[in-house]
Amino acid sequence: MGMAAESQFHVLAVDDSLCDRKLIERLLQKSSCQVTTVESGSKALEFLGLRQGLQSNDPNELSTSPHIHQEVEVNLIITDYCMPGMTGYDLLKKVKESSAFKNIPVVIMSSENVPARISRCLEEGAEEFFLKPVRLADLNKLKPHMMKTKLKNQKLEEIEEASKDETALVEPEIKDSTKIEILPLQQDLQLVQQEEQTLCTNNKRKSMEEGISTDRALTRFDGITTTV
Amino acid sequence: MNAGIAQLQMQFRDYTISLYQQGFLDDQFTELKKLQDDGSPDFVAEVLLLFFEDCVKLIGNMARALDKSTGTVDFSQVGASVHQLKGSSSSVGAKRVKGLCVTFKEYCEAQNYEGCVRCLQQVDIEYKTLKTKLQDMFNLEKQIVQAGGVVPQVDID
Repeated sequence: MGMAAESQFHVLAVDDSLCDRKLIERLLQKSSCQVTTVESGSKALEFLGLRQGLQSNDPNELSTSPHIHQEVEVNLIITDYCMPGMTGYDLLKKVKESSAFKNIPVVIMSSENVPARISRCLEEGAEEFFLKPVRLADLNKLKPHMMKTKLKNQKLEEIEEASKDETALVEPEIKDSTKIEILPLQQDLQLVQQEEQTLCTNNKRKSMEEGISTDRALTRFDGITTTV
Repeated sequence: MNAGIAQLQMQFRDYTISLYQQGFLDDQFTELKKLQDDGSPDFVAEVLLLFFEDCVKLIGNMARALDKSTGTVDFSQVGASVHQLKGSSSSVGAKRVKGLCVTFKEYCEAQNYEGCVRCLQQVDIEYKTLKTKLQDMFNLEKQIVQAGGVVPQVDID
């Protein structure tokens, strides 16, 4: 199995308003994302759960085909705050509490500018908080997350290529990188793809991702917290 | 024939600008237009359709919640529908509808029955007025395209 580097960044969008779902879907498509929209937090969890390999007996519950055998990964969740039943905050908590999904970045949207609400969400692990109506410019803040996933996919491909070639080229490089705790993200994308020695001399301080580990195969990324 | 297209385009431009100037639309509507392209050529019309359907549904909810014949009025129920309508009107750039919802919400919180009933009537009139205006705008677009012209991009200052 290969993680295709060309596979699109997949966003799960949650909103109880049909109007707003249509809007967020178009915004995300315009930003080159693959989008799945659901109308509630519980439907979102259902979608996530099923996509991680559990079987459902009720295909009618899904908005997309239940018969996909390869995993369709969700790269980001964007959810409305104010929803009946499970709020966006509740959904955020459930995602962050689950071992399977806690690494999926979650973005909260709200029509109300309530500072206490915003800090609560960010403290609970939300990556971003967008005020509605969300605009194309807001989605630019998601680019770093898209780059991280693209990088992860590219690296996975490289690792697979390397193991196919039966060279030890990739492995020793990766072991060295465990010395490096912090790396800047965007400026050093090139560096990470090149020789690992270059990374050892890098002293930049901005805290972003950890070094690449063969065992965990790029599944862990620390979120970038942004101030609102 | 070209004079015909130019005239239609000018009509369209003037009409669109007047909708902004009279406060029917705000810059969120402009944002909607940015999302329309060859891949989604009817996006704006589609979203507006959903919005107007929302209006019918929510105003129906509000009217039912304000109906005294069924018992005491549940202002929080009215407020919940107003909140939703405020949200969708904000999302599509329906400025006047949104403004009315702000006032309406205040009356709900104050549990002011007469104020709520007045707002309900006004919001009903307002969304219908907007619907007619936008239909006229879309018709002008259609006429331009049918005449072989291109719908001009209108810059709002």
